[in-house]
Amino acid sequence: MKQTLFKRSLALLLVLVAMMAARQVVAADFQANVQTDIKVFRDFFAARFPEVKFADYANGVYAIDADACQQWKEIEEFPPYSIAVEDGKVLFEKPFANGKTYTAYFQNGGVVRQNYPYYDEKKGTVVTLEMAINECRVANGEKPLEYKGGDIAKISAYMAFISRGKPVDVKVESEGAYKAYMKGKEFFYAKRGQLNMSCAGCHVKYAGGWVRSEILSPALGHTTHFPVFRSKWGEIGTLHKRYGGCSDNIGAKSFAAQSEEYRNLEFFETVMSNGLSFNGPASRK
Amino acid sequence: MKRFVMIAAVSILMLPSPGKASTLEDKIMKGKQISSDNMKGNCLACHAIQGAEMPGNLGPPLLQMKLRYPKRKVLHDQIWDATKKNPQSIMPPFGKHGILTHEEVDLVVDYMYSL
Ligand code: HEC
Ligand code: HEC
Repeated sequence: MKQTLFKRSLALLLVLVAMMAARQVVAADFQANVQTDIKVFRDFFAARFPEVKFADYANGVYAIDADACQQWKEIEEFPPYSIAVEDGKVLFEKPFANGKTYTAYFQNGGVVRQNYPYYDEKKGTVVTLEMAINECRVANGEKPLEYKGGDIAKISAYMAFISRGKPVDVKVESEGAYKAYMKGKEFFYAKRGQLNMSCAGCHVKYAGGWVRSEILSPALGHTTHFPVFRSKWGEIGTLHKRYGGCSDNIGAKSFAAQSEEYRNLEFFETVMSNGLSFNGPASRK
Repeated sequence: MKRFVMIAAVSILMLPSPGKASTLEDKIMKGKQISSDNMKGNCLACHAIQGAEMPGNLGPPLLQMKLRYPKRKVLHDQIWDATKKNPQSIMPPFGKHGILTHEEVDLVVDYMYSL
């Protein structure tokens, strides 16, 4: 009797060990698959722009065009986003009605840009910095902010500014994270809209090409420098505002800023940029 | 007499009729408008065309079209649905996606043949 029990528990133990081992292998596969994708992505740009240093991809289109880069450097001497950063600092430090501030929610004085986006296992979804800012507000009894521009972009700009130089290192370690990553990846490569175009068409295959007077930026580094002050907008705006703009331009349905679709897209694009440094906010045409 | 009627008929046919793109020149003009209108053809976003400023360069320059496309239909098909020839093409399938009608594509072809 005792022996059968022992045998059974041994069998159960073996099964458990085997299951755990299997899970480990699968988990390792997620990261390995992603690593392969990153390599393919990076190698494409390395072959396309052999003269561009890897770190410079954080500068968007200015990494690949010397003329545009020169103009941009002149603009950056008096950066048009500096007022947004100052405003963002004030907003970030101002106590909520309950007396607390963002610093109680965001560790390290708000030097946390590098921790976003990440896949939240408990919530089962990708959390971006802007989403976390609103979650912090709601947790403190404040109203959430509108996502495309205005105060949230200013707060995000301030947090990006004080986190400059921190490495992009987004992990894909669980099944949930991998699924979110895959959704973002599919979105990125799928042709959509009346013009039947994909993000990858313009920002991978034809990166460096001209669409009338605009040069197409490489997708590598797309997410490192947001939010951006765009002269066309005349103000600071978020990454998801830009996503919406590119969707509109190809006659595709644009999704809401911070929709699951765009958060997964941001997750994918940021994973592709692992190894670069966060360097936001930035100025753009 | 008979001959005179014929000449008269031909000359009437050749008169530009208002509102309609009847003469080839009219058609070329209309085709040009459609191909540079960024809500219509917007060909310049991706193709260089002689005389056009600030063209894009994702596609090849559009020149010597009559020589390269002796068959109208081949050129019409390329504009109607570029993904037929190249499923990965970034060129929008103008006809298939309802951006241009057959009539409009025809006008663009007339314009292309003048290049
Ligand atoms: C018709 C071509 C086209 C398509 C398709 C397109 N974009 Fe863009 N995108 C542009 C152009 C032009 C710009 C402005 C120049 C540049 O690339 O920075 C731009 C800018 C951007 C930027 C800002 C880059 C920066 O450094 O500020 C991001 C991010 C971006 N696109 C993402 C996307 C995503 C994601 C998709 C797919 C949903 C997409 N784009 C689809 C043409 C396109
Ligand atoms: C978004 C980019 C884009 C737009 C807009 C575009 N094309 Fe293209 N086109 C291309 C590309 C890229 C090719 C090369 C073949 C391919 O990749 O399918 C091409 C190929 C062609 C070809 C065949 C190539 C050759 O020279 O023989 C013709 C003809 C053509 N385009 C005409 C047009 C016309 C006319 C318009 C406007 C009504 C137009 N295209 C709009 C991108 C574009």
